[in-house]
Amino acid sequence: MKKNIKFYSGAELVAKAAIDAGCRFFGGYPITPSSEIAEHMAKELPKVGGTFIQMEDEIAAMGSVIGASLAGKKSLTATSGPGFSLKQENLGYAYMAEVPVVICNVMRGGPSTGLPTALAQADIMQAKWGTHGDHPVIALTPAYLEEVYELTIKAFNYSEIYRIPVILLLDELIAHLSTAIELPDKDLLVIKDRRKPTVTPDKYFPYDTAYGDVPPMANFFEGYRYHVTGLSHNKTGFPTTDPDLVQADQERHLRKVNANKGKIIDFESYKMKDADIVVFAYGSTSRAARVAIDNARKLDIKVGMVRLRVIWPLPEAEILKLCSKVKAIIVPEMNMGQLSNVIEKYAADRTKIVRINHVGGVPIHPSNILDVIKEVR
Amino acid sequence: MAFDYEKYLRMDKIPHLWCPGCGIGVVLKAMLRAMENVNWERNDTAFVSGIGCTSRAPGYIDCNTLHTTHGRGLTFATGIKMAQPDKNLVIFSGDGDATAIGGNHFIHACRRNIDMTLIVVNNNIYGMTGGQHSPTTPIGFKASTTIYGNVDPSFDICLLARAAGATYVARSTVNKGRTLEQYIQRGFENKGFSVIEAVSNCHTQFGRKNNMSDPISSRKWIEDREIPLAKARDMKAEDLKNMVITGEFITEKSDLERWENYNRAEKEYTEAYSDIIKKVKKK
Repeated sequence: MKKNIKFYSGAELVAKAAIDAGCRFFGGYPITPSSEIAEHMAKELPKVGGTFIQMEDEIAAMGSVIGASLAGKKSLTATSGPGFSLKQENLGYAYMAEVPVVICNVMRGGPSTGLPTALAQADIMQAKWGTHGDHPVIALTPAYLEEVYELTIKAFNYSEIYRIPVILLLDELIAHLSTAIELPDKDLLVIKDRRKPTVTPDKYFPYDTAYGDVPPMANFFEGYRYHVTGLSHNKTGFPTTDPDLVQADQERHLRKVNANKGKIIDFESYKMKDADIVVFAYGSTSRAARVAIDNARKLDIKVGMVRLRVIWPLPEAEILKLCSKVKAIIVPEMNMGQLSNVIEKYAADRTKIVRINHVGGVPIHPSNILDVIKEVR
Repeated sequence: MAFDYEKYLRMDKIPHLWCPGCGIGVVLKAMLRAMENVNWERNDTAFVSGIGCTSRAPGYIDCNTLHTTHGRGLTFATGIKMAQPDKNLVIFSGDGDATAIGGNHFIHACRRNIDMTLIVVNNNIYGMTGGQHSPTTPIGFKASTTIYGNVDPSFDICLLARAAGATYVARSTVNKGRTLEQYIQRGFENKGFSVIEAVSNCHTQFGRKNNMSDPISSRKWIEDREIPLAKARDMKAEDLKNMVITGEFITEKSDLERWENYNRAEKEYTEAYSDIIKKVKKK
């Protein structure tokens, strides 16, 4: 059988996977280190009848993808830290109005303009709490190019299944890395689309919970003529200030992801069977950790890794289990401890949390992690 | 025969939230008549808005309606139009929404010239938030953030739209519903980005602070300052201070200001993009 092996960059794979997932609109704004995604989309979208537009700013780009999604096209935007900050307002709108979109944030050093061209994992908490108010979050952190393709498709599927914006968090290194990979057979891909209403327009409500926590979604111009707002709304889509309705709606929004955590949580356990030290990692730093673990094993150190493919929601049960099993959890991150702060909360003195925090823009070297493993053994 | 507004309105949402005597209703009704004049189907038409009193208009219209974030209505509308280029798009915005927080989107929507119509209801004030001054509050007038008199110069929305590249630009006032209807209709008929500014009264938040606290005196103030564009052309600049110049600033038929748009594309944006799709689409 002829293998589908080709050279791709991470950015190219985000674009390719998006189109394979059915994405037919991209609204973006140039920003390093994510611009290549926009460039690939500008080239590829018209070939499949899709549309690309470069908007006047990041805010506009986010607005345009929400509009296009409401008009029935799966939509993608891509950005980096400062642009992700600007997108937070309309990102909140997408959560509130329950519009499926995918936002790829190729992370760079912050705060502010920071380190535009360097590696960082600076937006772990921005992805979780960047926009105001409470909302469900799904954020994915691929570490390999095969995974960029796979998780981009998953991002679109989750956004369609749960009617929420989904965040794809790429390290700069992953977006810019080029390597030969084998892509899965297109015919075998699982592609999910938003659930459409089965009722006639006169019986349709855009936020009708009679169908479960994720109401069926009619697209604009399909005859349903409904209203969408960022204000707290009732099932008809019109504003309400009824305390009980607002409370129930916010709880439903969170439940969309919380009640489905088991299906969404995704991590890899590497050499964990006998491990009494664990490296808890995600994205490009997990690749350094893997090398460090292999080298530590040669020194008979029982160390393994839990690697997050989905960073939000976190695998809380697994973390709690680790806390009572291992003597140390090492968390290497290209930030000042955004994830380790959270892990520490779960550990609550039951195990030691050891942080490795590099923010200089240079990848964490396997030897940096190995040194720490040796220290805590 | 009386016009059947109920055909286009969500009657269960009436009464509306606007103050008695507010000019926004005049604009909404003019828009509905224009919509009937061009025979737009409700299913094929979307109304988009940002935040503010004017931005509540779409909610009353029985079409596909989208009430977005402050100043950003145009960006959502752009996405909708790019996704479904054969549908009709109308954006409602106020002076603060369109020219302050949404100013960047406003000029770029004009430049891009995507086939959509923006209706800006200009009442010289932030009404919903309690009467703060906007980019169109005249110098010397009072607002809750200019209690000693405004020193902040104004935008001229139509001149801004014209310079930025909109291909139909017109201004009238809520004293002239028929003229508004005509201009809005021409905006709908223009294959490109159209801006219709409707100068309106906010007696509640603007008039009250400036000795015209009822709708009649507020509208009289607008009427007294109105000067048709043709007449304004022959007037001295100092005589036009704080005046409301009404008329069509750019029409597709007139070539009066065509030189200003020498960079204009031959084709409307979504049509030009469809050509690209036709050219590169995989067989």
